[in-house]
Amino acid sequence: MQEKVRDLPREPEYRVVGTRPIRPDGVDKVTGRARFGADLNMPGQLVGRVLRSPHAHARLVRVDTSKAEKLPGVKAIVTRDDFTDQASEFVPAGEMLINYRDVVRNVMAREKVLYEGHPVAAVAATSPEIAKEALRLIDVTYEVLPHVMDVDDAMLPGAPLLHEDMITQGVTPAPTTPSNVAKRVEFLLGDAAKGFEQADIVIERTFKTAPVHQGYIEPHAVVASVAEDGQAEMWVSTQGHWVVRAHCARLLGMDINKLRVTASEIGGGFGGKTVVYLEPLALALSKKARRPVKLVMSREEVFRATGPTSGATVWVKMGAKKDGTIVAGEAILKYQAGAFQGSPVGPGCMCAFAPYDIANVKVVGFDIVTNRPKVAAYRAPGGPISGYAVESVVDELARAVKMDPIDFRLKNAAREGTKAAYGPKFGPIGLVACLEAAKKHPHWSAPLGKNQGRGIAAGFWFNIGGETSVSLSLNEDGTLTLLAGTPDIGGLRASLCMMTAEELGIGADKIRPIIADTSMLGYNFLTGGSRSTFSSGMAAVEAARSVIKQACARAAKLWELAEDAVTFEDGFVKPAGENAGKHKPMNLGDIAKIAGKTGGPIVGTSAINAHGAAPSFGVQISDVEVDPETGRVSIVRYTVVQDAGRAIHPSYVEGQYQGGAAQGIGWALNEEYIYGSDGRLQNPGFLDYRIPVASDLPMIDTVIVEVPNPRHPYGVRGIGETPIVPPMGAIANAVRDATGLRLTALPMSPPRVLAAIDAARAAGDKSLKVG
Amino acid sequence: MAKIPLSFTVNGDPVEVLVSPQQTLLDVLRDELELTGTKEGCGTGDCGACSVTVDGRLVCSCLMLGVEAAGRSVGTIEGMASADSLHPLQQKFLEHAALQCGICTPGILVAAKALLDRNPDPTETEVRYWLAGNLCRCTGYDKIVRAVLDAAADMRATHSAA
Repeated sequence: MQEKVRDLPREPEYRVVGTRPIRPDGVDKVTGRARFGADLNMPGQLVGRVLRSPHAHARLVRVDTSKAEKLPGVKAIVTRDDFTDQASEFVPAGEMLINYRDVVRNVMAREKVLYEGHPVAAVAATSPEIAKEALRLIDVTYEVLPHVMDVDDAMLPGAPLLHEDMITQGVTPAPTTPSNVAKRVEFLLGDAAKGFEQADIVIERTFKTAPVHQGYIEPHAVVASVAEDGQAEMWVSTQGHWVVRAHCARLLGMDINKLRVTASEIGGGFGGKTVVYLEPLALALSKKARRPVKLVMSREEVFRATGPTSGATVWVKMGAKKDGTIVAGEAILKYQAGAFQGSPVGPGCMCAFAPYDIANVKVVGFDIVTNRPKVAAYRAPGGPISGYAVESVVDELARAVKMDPIDFRLKNAAREGTKAAYGPKFGPIGLVACLEAAKKHPHWSAPLGKNQGRGIAAGFWFNIGGETSVSLSLNEDGTLTLLAGTPDIGGLRASLCMMTAEELGIGADKIRPIIADTSMLGYNFLTGGSRSTFSSGMAAVEAARSVIKQACARAAKLWELAEDAVTFEDGFVKPAGENAGKHKPMNLGDIAKIAGKTGGPIVGTSAINAHGAAPSFGVQISDVEVDPETGRVSIVRYTVVQDAGRAIHPSYVEGQYQGGAAQGIGWALNEEYIYGSDGRLQNPGFLDYRIPVASDLPMIDTVIVEVPNPRHPYGVRGIGETPIVPPMGAIANAVRDATGLRLTALPMSPPRVLAAIDAARAAGDKSLKVG
Repeated sequence: MAKIPLSFTVNGDPVEVLVSPQQTLLDVLRDELELTGTKEGCGTGDCGACSVTVDGRLVCSCLMLGVEAAGRSVGTIEGMASADSLHPLQQKFLEHAALQCGICTPGILVAAKALLDRNPDPTETEVRYWLAGNLCRCTGYDKIVRAVLDAAADMRATHSAA
């Protein structure tokens, strides 16, 4: 129940929210003190290693561990025989769903290996050298099968089948033969066919995007210890330790209360640390060995066996009238799921046309399995792929009707009351405000140089709330300790302290924030869906209001007044009015001193399902320079404009904008997996899978637009995911502006851009602009 | 294979450890000396999270064998702050919010300090190229570059005032 202690303060009254204090976990992180996943060692700990399939697709005939077991120093080996099969059941993982039948097969291959890197055994030994030797001694017999890597190939009749029993869901009547298409989804608004009849201009294009990895710098790491009585503890780098606990308890057949999970500091996740890989293996090994087991992935394992997000084929058709009104939009999205179903094609469909008020929309999506690692959530999962395709076509429509691309978007922008193609009517949203801010920004009117071009694109993400639990204790001296349960990846603890401090009328430094382990609070869903500042913030505010209410009650007791004769203002408990008598106002320190005598410790708690998450829209402007000799595209200027609802700590909001844009720039220009014809990944390292480095990027300018979310006490929207949606479209549109050529495949890497320029030159294409 | 006794200095203090011949300097720092501020992001010298200095020279500690450190002076993130204050780079990283998850931060700070030791007045481009071997996936580098330039300016001002 939410206590309403006082009305929401007006913005000018905020003392803490909107300022830029130093984050509470900052010193630990600049001194090397902060402990990440691989930084903890337990006494008696063993070293774990995972044996992985060298084949993209094979029947797993036999796994013989007998020789490895005899090697001195080997303490445990686990294979598929150590995991009970699971029934098919979908459970939420961030914005996506996972199925336990598939999870148990992904953490350890059963009937088949479905991608290169798929685990087939794990070993725990007394040294890394012995563990490595043990892996060599495990004898695995594979029956190699033909594999399929691309969504279009996987949909062809006669394509190799990953799951012989997979019947496409969402098709009526249900198909009678299995295929690699797990699911078909459809979103309809109005009548697309009729809409196109009203169009003066119709443009349709097919786009291809490459799968890209989240690229967190910290590889997955876990230490697990299972005692003889079944009580277990785990230290893990994760975006959600309650979720890890649930998955592991399920896979290991444990009672949930037996497993206590502590989230380490997390070295980046971006959605990729919302699922389990090593954790069940570490527990199973520790259970067998009766000693703690540490498992840490190498970077190569991260690339071969975790993440990424989908590669896709996307067809988009849009129609507009001469006056610039978009009358219809249609899209077909084919997303790679990797080895098991569950690509983010659903959110991809829902995001596709979300920034625009279009009367007639039809979006169809296909979730397609291929012999690649199972995809995991990656920042706005699914949205950047469909957004890239739609924003490219929107750019072409604006050119066709000879409108400025911002004016064209303003004419069609979603506003409060617009019915989105995926269902809801939007509440107050900031897209128009962002487009207007972009138009006014000096970047939009700055002159361009030779071989340079400018592009703009819009983007959207839903954001979510969900189960959240916090606890706020008033300490003996009036300071407070805040326990929250959503791992802090990029400044959450700072924001939570600031909102709590704002409520309590004290400085943010008077509150020590701790990310609690799973034994200390009720269930917390993971940090994902841009939900942590929104949801844990909402809970922290509620807990603070509970502390205030209790403080008032204690003062009332001391002053022998009715509780409603005591009020709380600017950090002080005081009599509500003249009639209540003259009592010296008490701050939280004074209340803490009398807490024992007036009823005991004061603790505010909140356990909620946070409702009212609101979408964040954004717009990004990109200037590129294209080198016509090499095809290299350089980003010469970049601006991010986005609605934050309210920026609690503006520096970390800017950081999310800049970081999301940088990841999008990598997606647009460089990042892709290169597989050989044998189905093996040829670039499983940061040298060849090149994420943007400091010298690749300019400063990234930011504009924080604030259209408060009316359903959050401080107006917060989620802001972390939207920034990765616009970059690919903005950059593709800038490349179009610079070269005259519409590139329809990502990444726009030098060989691909050069080939497009050379082909245009050879064909005498008059639209070619670069010299 | 038999272990090898290894003596060197870390952040000014002499250390003696027994190491395997195949252990990297990174392994020795993290596993034998429990100096876990130095991180492993790739193990192949591509990400810079394991940056340390050896006799003042910036190296990826994952690319150097532990035994090669014999008799040398190694500097890690744990040695960057003095007893009474953070290094100006550390302070500026906090003020500029130049970190999000923080896993790359120790390596970037060590690398940035090595830059300012050589070049107290770098341009933005020089900072960007010097740090091109240190990957950060969270920040887009904007605030990192600003923090380094600001720290350099402060250190120059302090130096000329002294």
